[in-house]
Amino acid sequence: MTALRPDLAVIADTIPAGARVLDIGCGDGALMAALRDRKGIDARGMEIDPVNVANAVTRGLAVVQGDADADLADYPDNAFDYAVLSQTLQTTRRPDLVLDQLLRIGKQAFVSFPNFAQWKIRFAHMFGGRMPVTKQLPHRWYDTPNIHHVTIDDFKSFVKERGYAIDGEWYLAGEKARGAGMANLLAEHAVFLLRRQA
Amino acid sequence: MGEDGRFGLDRRTKLLGPVRLDSGAAFAPVEFAYETYGTLNADKSNAILICHALTGDQYVASTHPVTGKPGWWTRLVGEGKPVDPARHCIICINVLGSCMGSSGPASFDPGTNEPYAMDFPVITIADMVRAQAILLDHLGIERLACVIGGSMGGMQALTWASLFPDRVQSAIVIASTARHSAQNIAFHEVGRQAIMADPNWQGGAYYGSLDQPDAGLAVARMAAHITYLSEAGLTEKFGRQLQDREAKTFGFDADFQVESYLRYQGLSFVERFDANSYLYITRAMDYYDLAEEHGGILANAFQGTRTRFCLISFDSDWLYPTIESKRVVQALNAAGAAASFVELSSPFGHDAFLLDAPEMNRIVDGFLKAGGL
Repeated sequence: MTALRPDLAVIADTIPAGARVLDIGCGDGALMAALRDRKGIDARGMEIDPVNVANAVTRGLAVVQGDADADLADYPDNAFDYAVLSQTLQTTRRPDLVLDQLLRIGKQAFVSFPNFAQWKIRFAHMFGGRMPVTKQLPHRWYDTPNIHHVTIDDFKSFVKERGYAIDGEWYLAGEKARGAGMANLLAEHAVFLLRRQA
Repeated sequence: MGEDGRFGLDRRTKLLGPVRLDSGAAFAPVEFAYETYGTLNADKSNAILICHALTGDQYVASTHPVTGKPGWWTRLVGEGKPVDPARHCIICINVLGSCMGSSGPASFDPGTNEPYAMDFPVITIADMVRAQAILLDHLGIERLACVIGGSMGGMQALTWASLFPDRVQSAIVIASTARHSAQNIAFHEVGRQAIMADPNWQGGAYYGSLDQPDAGLAVARMAAHITYLSEAGLTEKFGRQLQDREAKTFGFDADFQVESYLRYQGLSFVERFDANSYLYITRAMDYYDLAEEHGGILANAFQGTRTRFCLISFDSDWLYPTIESKRVVQALNAAGAAASFVELSSPFGHDAFLLDAPEMNRIVDGFLKAGGL
């Protein structure tokens, strides 16, 4: 088995066996397959790209073609223990509404995203004067699927504004976990576990 | 099971039934024409039912006795294909109401020893499925590893999963829908009116007559055939090209290739299909609305289901467009069912599921294998 992307590894490690999981923007189903193989979880997925959907289905995963911006309304309230949105928030048209849907469908939600305030990106912008093209954000301004860049601090204040609680936060630099200290400057990726406030 | 006469090509059997029909009537006895391919394994866990479409038949993977053409789904079913007789026991049954050997309006009514004609009861998709269940009982098949169907076959697959959830381990529903739309009904009504307006139809009692409602049935087929294709597909295949002539004739011959093609489709169809069967089966499709009997909520048709579902639509299919498959997926999600869905790209419209569709094959293959098949 190929190694899971680091943010997915964090999520896979944290979700307990027996949980009901919806992976939104599940790609070819790497996380779902890991949850199935390691924890016996029968996860459900949504993915916008038909080739990815086909690949996931041929792996035996229950994945439907759909768009996080439009199709999450199809799921009933509290249908899942966890809704997962990995590396997808920044590609949605209305991240705020998508997040609301996540926490309507799932009792908790994992959200991972690339941190646009990481220092390499800041440097590229500050000294290059151009939209940054880095290893973690390899697209150019005109062809990027990332239409809503977000930083860790933006995200945290947004979550607070929306009235959601943070149950867990993980920060990644390179392939490795790192501490929360100066995460907004140093982390390349962040993973948050959110919950609706009672 | 080598010597078991119930299995094999071109099987016929008459069973007592009865089929309890949605209309309230009971239909008996029931004749079945069907084919099986491959061998049922010891624990009977490899049975796959293929459900055919409106004008399809049981010859899914063997030569059609009338047309001499290869089976209608040999791209999906056969040696080395996703549905493979080397691994699966494949069953395909001519639907109730059809005309290739199963009970239909052209069959003899044992009460009168005449063809039923319009005395055949009006049937529904669920009636077709209940009849199939009676044949499967006869074959000793309690549980289906998968029910697969495209178009009306997909309607049967969904109905199977809804009516007999414990008998259906998985269902593959291709280019289909959970209800007939107003537009679907409208096109069918054009076809039925074409048949019934043909004086040779004779109120349906044309069996044994020299005058057959061929003209009406051919027009019905022509109209329907347009709905199976796409505008882009027609343009690519025919454009405005003329048929075997240099210039327009300023008459009403088939000047255009597309006209000639449709006329051929209509004429060849009447060779193999019964006009009354066309009336009855289109009616069954029009009556079909899986949500209706569940308080209008489609999800209730699948509440608590443990069946795995795979839905496939085609982007150029305007007969049963993607949105109809998505309605089903939405209901399955609401019911908490294990559902997969993908919209594939094809220029060929509704007919895409019968044509070369490698991505469809790949998905069906993967879905079946993931289910241990």
